[in-house]
Amino acid sequence: MISVKGLHKYFGEVKAVDGISFDAQDGRITGLLGPNGAGKSTTLRVLYTVLKPDSGSATIDGVDVVGQDLDARRRIGTLPHAAGLYPHLTARENIAYYAALYGMPPERAETRVEQLITELDLVDFADRRTKGFSQGQRTKVALARALVHEPQNVILDEPSNGLDVMATRSLRDSIRQLKAAGKCILFSSHVMQEVGHLCDEIVIIAEGKVAIHDSADGIRRQTGCDDLEDAFVKAITSIDTGS
Amino acid sequence: MRPIRTVFQKEVRDNFRDRRTLLSALLMGPLFGPILFAFVINMSLKQSLGEADEPLDVPVIGQEHAPNLMQYLKSHNINIAEAPADRAAALEAVKNGEHDLVIVIPEAFGEELAGAIPATIVVISDLANTQAERESRRAMRALRSYNQEIAAMRLFARGVSPVILRPLNIDVVDVSTPSGRSALLLGMLSYFFLFAALTGGMNLAIDATAGERERGSLEPLLCLPVTRDHLIFGKIFAACLFMALSLSLSLISFHVVLKFLPLEKLGMTPNFGLLVVAKGFLLLLPFTLLGASLMTLVASFTKSFKEAQTWVSIVLLAPTLPILIASILMVRPSTELMFIPSLSQHLLLVGLIKNEPINMLHVLVSVSGTLLAGGILTLVCARLYRREGLLG
Repeated sequence: MISVKGLHKYFGEVKAVDGISFDAQDGRITGLLGPNGAGKSTTLRVLYTVLKPDSGSATIDGVDVVGQDLDARRRIGTLPHAAGLYPHLTARENIAYYAALYGMPPERAETRVEQLITELDLVDFADRRTKGFSQGQRTKVALARALVHEPQNVILDEPSNGLDVMATRSLRDSIRQLKAAGKCILFSSHVMQEVGHLCDEIVIIAEGKVAIHDSADGIRRQTGCDDLEDAFVKAITSIDTGS
Repeated sequence: MRPIRTVFQKEVRDNFRDRRTLLSALLMGPLFGPILFAFVINMSLKQSLGEADEPLDVPVIGQEHAPNLMQYLKSHNINIAEAPADRAAALEAVKNGEHDLVIVIPEAFGEELAGAIPATIVVISDLANTQAERESRRAMRALRSYNQEIAAMRLFARGVSPVILRPLNIDVVDVSTPSGRSALLLGMLSYFFLFAALTGGMNLAIDATAGERERGSLEPLLCLPVTRDHLIFGKIFAACLFMALSLSLSLISFHVVLKFLPLEKLGMTPNFGLLVVAKGFLLLLPFTLLGASLMTLVASFTKSFKEAQTWVSIVLLAPTLPILIASILMVRPSTELMFIPSLSQHLLLVGLIKNEPINMLHVLVSVSGTLLAGGILTLVCARLYRREGLLG
């Protein structure tokens, strides 16, 4: 479970995150939705501890991301926005490198890597160097790499960016499987349909603040819009006008 | 400690597959020095050996006024060549480089010589031109010895021993050993070795920050439950390994190249056997940590791999500075100087090549001083790696 309370993060004068609070439960998919520059990535970066908040707090399974950052990182699998691979290593070696850095014993790591290669359908290219991989293949490897230590919490920053239809579908399947396994999944997106399709809960963010936090149906009800996209526009403009 | 090893092993494997790293670490660095060196040595061999053997062609105006002198020059391996028509033409020919020098013998030469009046000979030459300078020096030497011979004959004719013209007998005793003479030239070797070492680790040092960032692999790496110190240490140590590899290859390639160079002809017997290679390697090895951390440090301030390459290339020149200053000031090795990285390695290596006894105190100060500097810079790199702004 991921819990965020009154998070603030400034870059100089810019209030990237301006008092965001929400919880993401186990066994549910929570989507952070918002226009570009709304503060989604910054929030996620604070959660996976590469940025420190200026105030407020965030915990992963009750572990503080500031004070106990190493422990918190152990509990998350992360697919950042830029999830580059090492081009001279094979897909399998890329995943195994992370397994080793997570401190997994070699035998367990090997079995786990093999399992992920089958589960995420990497078999065809597992032993090829990742140089020249398609965006879809790369995302799959990066996802496998993020899940190698079987984390309870999974954070994905715009994971479907640059993916074609088939790759997006297979990514969605993977996310649903994680949910079925009782994981807590938090991902960001600016694509309406994707969030509507996949998420149990949607947190709409604009200008560093939470505009609405509800299920897709709940959001439609609250805004009085049948169409999720209209609801989204209404929610973020209500922040802009301060009403 | 385990993460350091994991990162180290991954970097080594990764870079052994990277053609760019291999090219610079195992080919460029180690071969650049020896090839350049062989080239320079061959050039200077050709010049200095060619000088004595090859006959020199000297155009002389008015040869008919001094037949004896002409005979004398010929016996000193100087050929009398066709000369320009007159003095003005000769001046012009030397000025535009057609001739390196022209000797002009005035009509009055024979008369003056017979009358024991100092007989004028004009040598036209461009002393700013090094090639011409050498040739005219050779011609001058021949003229001067002719001068002395005539003087001696005149004294004899008057019953005076020519020895009175030599109140001093200057005897120069050269104590430099043949290895010592070669050290002068081989002194520039130490820079080649430091250069080779730096080139070997360059790509790895850049990759630690700018490279990882550009590839987008930095952020996921920082999400791992590994302290950033361990990540950067693993990377710097991997760079050290490649630097050591490049260093050893360049030492060995020099050992091989020197076997094929006719250095004895220059009066040098280089002391560069395999034992010296091994000792030199150990003396230069501490420099790898300093070099790797310095390059990592410089690269960490840059935005892209390309930019990092530009700045790190400047670092490649950094070790020349102390060596250059020391060569100009002609310093002798001293304990204080051993605190200066690159200079201490240079002085120790030169001593090694000169076959001088190794001063263990100097070695100790050089090794610990350089390692200390490298350690401090490594910690600075780690501190910079902890910055939030690292992700750019």
